[in-house]
Amino acid sequence: MAASHRSQGTPPVIAPGHTFSTVTDKISAIVLARKTPIGWYAGFAAAFALTLLLLVSLTYLVLKGIGIWGNNIPIGWAFDLTNFVWWIGIGHAGTLISAILLLLRQTWRTSINRFAEAMTLFAVACASIFPLFHTGRPWLAYWLLPYPNTMNVWPQFRSPIVWDVFAVSTYATVSLLFWFIGLIPDLATLRDRSQSKTGRIIYGMLAMGWRGSAHHWHRYETAYLLLAGLATPLVVSVHTVVSFDFAISILPGWHTTIFPPYFVAGAIYSGFAMVLTLAIPIRAVYQLEDFITMRHLQNMAKVMLVTGLIVAYGYMTEAFIAWYSADKYEGFVPINRMTRSSGRSDCSCRCCSCSCASCR
Amino acid sequence: MTGSHTTTTKGTRGARPFWRTLDEQADDPKFVERLYSEFPSEIEAITDPVARRTFLKLMGASLALAGVTACTRQPAEKIVPYVRQPEELIPGKPLFYATAMPLGGVATGLLVESHEGRPTKIEGNPLHPGSLGATDVFAQAAILGLYDPDRSRTLTDLGEIRPWSAFLGAIRAALTAQQPLKGAGLRLLTESVHSPTLAAQIRELLSHYPSAKWHQWDPASPENARAGARLAFGEYVDAQYRFDQADVILSLDADFLGGGPGGLRYARDFASRRRPEQADRMNRLYAIESMPTPTGSRADHRLPLKPSEVESVAWAIADAVTPGPKGPGLQNPAHAKWSEAVAKDLQAHRGRSLVIAGDGQPATVHALAHAMNAALGNAGKTVVYTQPVETEPVHQLDSVRDLVADMNAGKVDLLVIVGGNPVYTAPVDLEFGEAMNNVQLRVHLSLYDDETSERCQWQIPEAHFLESWSDARAYDGTVSIIQPLIAPLYGGKSAHELLAAMSDRPERSAYDIVREFWSAQDGAQNEFEASWRRWLHDGVIANSAYAPKTVTLQSPVAGRLSSVDSRQSPASSPQSPAPSPQPPATIEISFRNDPCVLDGRFANNGWLQELPKPITRLTWDNAIIVSPATAAKLRAEGTPAFEGGEHGQILSLVFEVKYRGRSVRGALFPVVGHPDDCVTVHLGYGCSRAGHVGTGAGFNANAIRTSDALTFGAGAKLIATNDRATLACTQYHHLMEGRGMVRAVTRDEYVRDPKSIHEGDETPPKIITLYPEVKYEGYKWGMAIDVNACIGCNACVVGCQAENNIPVIGKEQVLRGREMHWLRVDTYYRGPAENPETYFQPVPCMQCENAPCEVVCPVGATVHSSEGLNDMVYNRCVGTRYCSNNCPYKVRRFNFLLYQDWDTPSLKLARNPDVTVRSRGVMEKCTYCVQRINAAKIESEKEDRSVRDGEIKTACQQACPAEAIVFGNLNDPNSRVAKLQSEVRNYSLLGELNTRPRTTYLGAVRNVNPELGA
Repeated sequence: MAASHRSQGTPPVIAPGHTFSTVTDKISAIVLARKTPIGWYAGFAAAFALTLLLLVSLTYLVLKGIGIWGNNIPIGWAFDLTNFVWWIGIGHAGTLISAILLLLRQTWRTSINRFAEAMTLFAVACASIFPLFHTGRPWLAYWLLPYPNTMNVWPQFRSPIVWDVFAVSTYATVSLLFWFIGLIPDLATLRDRSQSKTGRIIYGMLAMGWRGSAHHWHRYETAYLLLAGLATPLVVSVHTVVSFDFAISILPGWHTTIFPPYFVAGAIYSGFAMVLTLAIPIRAVYQLEDFITMRHLQNMAKVMLVTGLIVAYGYMTEAFIAWYSADKYEGFVPINRMTRSSGRSDCSCRCCSCSCASCR
Repeated sequence: MTGSHTTTTKGTRGARPFWRTLDEQADDPKFVERLYSEFPSEIEAITDPVARRTFLKLMGASLALAGVTACTRQPAEKIVPYVRQPEELIPGKPLFYATAMPLGGVATGLLVESHEGRPTKIEGNPLHPGSLGATDVFAQAAILGLYDPDRSRTLTDLGEIRPWSAFLGAIRAALTAQQPLKGAGLRLLTESVHSPTLAAQIRELLSHYPSAKWHQWDPASPENARAGARLAFGEYVDAQYRFDQADVILSLDADFLGGGPGGLRYARDFASRRRPEQADRMNRLYAIESMPTPTGSRADHRLPLKPSEVESVAWAIADAVTPGPKGPGLQNPAHAKWSEAVAKDLQAHRGRSLVIAGDGQPATVHALAHAMNAALGNAGKTVVYTQPVETEPVHQLDSVRDLVADMNAGKVDLLVIVGGNPVYTAPVDLEFGEAMNNVQLRVHLSLYDDETSERCQWQIPEAHFLESWSDARAYDGTVSIIQPLIAPLYGGKSAHELLAAMSDRPERSAYDIVREFWSAQDGAQNEFEASWRRWLHDGVIANSAYAPKTVTLQSPVAGRLSSVDSRQSPASSPQSPAPSPQPPATIEISFRNDPCVLDGRFANNGWLQELPKPITRLTWDNAIIVSPATAAKLRAEGTPAFEGGEHGQILSLVFEVKYRGRSVRGALFPVVGHPDDCVTVHLGYGCSRAGHVGTGAGFNANAIRTSDALTFGAGAKLIATNDRATLACTQYHHLMEGRGMVRAVTRDEYVRDPKSIHEGDETPPKIITLYPEVKYEGYKWGMAIDVNACIGCNACVVGCQAENNIPVIGKEQVLRGREMHWLRVDTYYRGPAENPETYFQPVPCMQCENAPCEVVCPVGATVHSSEGLNDMVYNRCVGTRYCSNNCPYKVRRFNFLLYQDWDTPSLKLARNPDVTVRSRGVMEKCTYCVQRINAAKIESEKEDRSVRDGEIKTACQQACPAEAIVFGNLNDPNSRVAKLQSEVRNYSLLGELNTRPRTTYLGAVRNVNPELGA
């Protein structure tokens, strides 16, 4: 495969002329030497304002109840679970890039894996807001955790929402560890190059005594590979479990076996879309065209094409099975989704998968 | 879970045999789009606008968000034990007292549940002939009326708070001034007087002031029935109907199942003759009506007619069954076949048939009904005449007209209004309110500080019937002593006390007055105490019903009738033109009391306001009701008169109704089965001073109701405006997508093959599950609901609401599809929209054995009990709403916001202490009244026996007048519910999902006359 790239004149992974030291110079300079531009402050201010808005909205939500969202009785979930599924979904791209591409020895991944992983972490953090605050009484949401208590009551393990709790918390833990372990040698570099004392102390602590010895590198590689092995099933399992929230129920349109693969494909599809959404501006702003080359963009576009086709296949299968089942209520759902609801109007969380798929 | 692989096809009966809404019937894609819109409402999502200050507060609060978890409301209250234990009172054990609710001059016997001295729940009194244990919506909701914080609370004189003694002084002075005039300036205006004691008091007053006059005005009492009886027999008599004896019934616009005197009894008797298992006992009901009603919905043949056309068909039928001179003949020959078939059927069942006229029809039609009953030999058999139950029947319109004339003539110095709100309810052309200004001293006794109070100097807060002593007669004359359950909450006075204040002994209490009256009636003085106690205990005075009376028809009836003064019905005179094929320029208008708030007296009752009205399923509003065809005709180019859908939010065009130079604006609402080219408007809305709940709801139809068209009249005009109004209609909620919810066949089909009722529906065998079969030892609770018996009266819904502390959420929340009723009554239609068959289906929680809700709850807040109940553990619920998503019946209700009123003290008193008051964020649903089950189980365990069949009645079952709901132990093969569930008609809702519901339904069977076809 590598040979074919070379012979076909595929764009290189890194622009010509770079050595280890130039790469290190260029990247560490972004953190250590580059003067923070005004634009960054503007962006930060906007993001901070939005975060404050989130805080205000959540406070209002907790004070008033989830009735402020406009849900009603046939549609108990809408806003909340749609967002949850979408955020969990986009996180998958980070894990896929980190873990699966590592195991498949796709070396081009190293240019984008770090911020894809960071995106995963933030996506999981955002996603976990929704299951917490979608409950009618969020201050009791910890009852979903299996903790020893005087009431002697456990969660109800037949419920997919409990599976969600395990799946998402595992996913968050593994993603965090994976991201952090991968970061250790880079933190050490920053420690070594930092001009300020505080920088040296902070990076020093985070680098956990990394000295770059062969032993370190050997153990690092082993640990990283093991974590990649751990994370790989999570790419498939987390969204599968999330899809069970719907597939386990008896609602026409939800009760279908295509959901797990369909959700996973949709997740990777929208996740890569999100990586691209982040990569392209970052590449321009920080002048990283040398490292995130057209090759990366092409590869990611190819992944999107494949997963997009899988999602399309999922749609077709869903429609086919609905027709094939001869159950008119099953049959009604895809027709209704495809022809009668567009944009804002889709009555259920089933649109989670749609929004995953259509977020480009 | 086997939802997806079972198939349901209903090909044998057409693609979509049953429908709920017009759009659904038409399969309108726009409707479907609206139905599935994610956001049910166009209105702003945040309930209360966040004002700037609130916003700042929120900003501040957000900083402390992490610590804010104490959002459960924990009242800080001290509890105080009894120092001296009251007799008979065991804390936590309710006591039941018999009393009665007077309405429109007739009483319904009640048993009221009292917890530690506060009444919390009303049931029917099984010993009372007008109740037989059932209740109507008004009786169920009376508890909330009692505790209504908006009731008139203080005695006021021109708005100033005054003590009772000040009023005594004022009235004494006014009466003293009347003394020399023999009371010529004194006028008393009451509602229909139900109380023999009160009547005696009034007569006594009139004997002191012989020139004083007593007037009556009560929009809830049957004015036309009174006039009709007088027209037919020359005297006031009451007709009582024996529906259990009648094989063929013809209703002339009479909604005898929907309320009115004896309505509960009639519903019971009627339902007893509708059991398809006894197919040869099944009665047949023909109904002619304009506004679709529960009665018309149960009819085997229904003929929708304009109110004015009813008389013509009544004449045609009367001509066929009565001898003597003939009537004016049929206006519209299209109805000839119908009327001939009915006449034939009636004649084939002489002595076992029944003709009944409704109060919306003029006296002539009532007299015709009486004449037909006499000719058919029904008098004394299916219809019995007695002396009137009202103590002093008068022609109330004339009565109030005379009063207004006297007031305008300046003849009235002192007007005492005992109950009622005549300024709001009296015909608008009388200008009652303006006339009142000519009276020197005006006194008003009423529950609310209403439109009439506004025009009176003295406003006396009235004691609720649950707060005061009185007495009343049932529809058959049986007397009940009304005993109070609680001391007047707001120091109210009863009518007895007001009348006493006008007598020589002003300080007598209502108790003394009532007791004195009955002790005088009861000859044997020494045994009176024993009888009195017996009466109070039973709630009825035994054998006090009026004896049947033989009445003679004024003959020749027909001759008299055709020359009758048809003041009541200008449009119904024989000269009125036959309907022409062209749409008439004007439209006929019909005025009805609202099925929920009546004439407005219950306008401030949240339970009744939020109750989806029978047929229309509207809440919180009245509307200009027309047929779909008329609505389509009115639809101007590009401006839809009506947009159905979006989860009950109906956006309708506001029309101006012009009638006799007056006009009122209201939202248009098409109702299937309504006749074309006429409108029905319901009274009781648009009150300006109803209270927090009722003020501003709907429009005031009284504003165009004149005395010459009290019930209906021709010549109305509908003018479109550019305004839109939203109506909250629950018919669009919880749509079941045309799945086989109701099953119905005709009687002949059923007799041929009872299984035909299930044609096209399949239920999977019980083996389709991975789990081992669960055995229910001991009790196995179940419920059977007879769709054939249900009359859609809603008593069960309000009964459930009262029993289970279900909150009222308001129109805005109903518009979002969040109503909290644990039990809903779905309406299904079949056939053409002009005149469909109508079926009602009450849907509580199905208590599935394979409950889809239970497996998905992450915290185990909804779990299965060993007796098969699907229990809801409110304390454990965190509110993920997964259970509701997975419920195929959509019977779970979620507290999206804080719906319970935690602050109003009087409303706290109204709550059932045996049922948890749910806070926000918690799912809730029907529990089969688990508190009642447990109470009965505790009783039975104390006596070391099992619970007897019928010992536990759920609140809905207890309220149901038609006995459509039966609850019991399925493990007992002799229980009523087990027997019903083993009937062939029995089916499970969405049985193909293998949820195995414990609540099952019995299919409907219509007794169609083969001559008229299905």
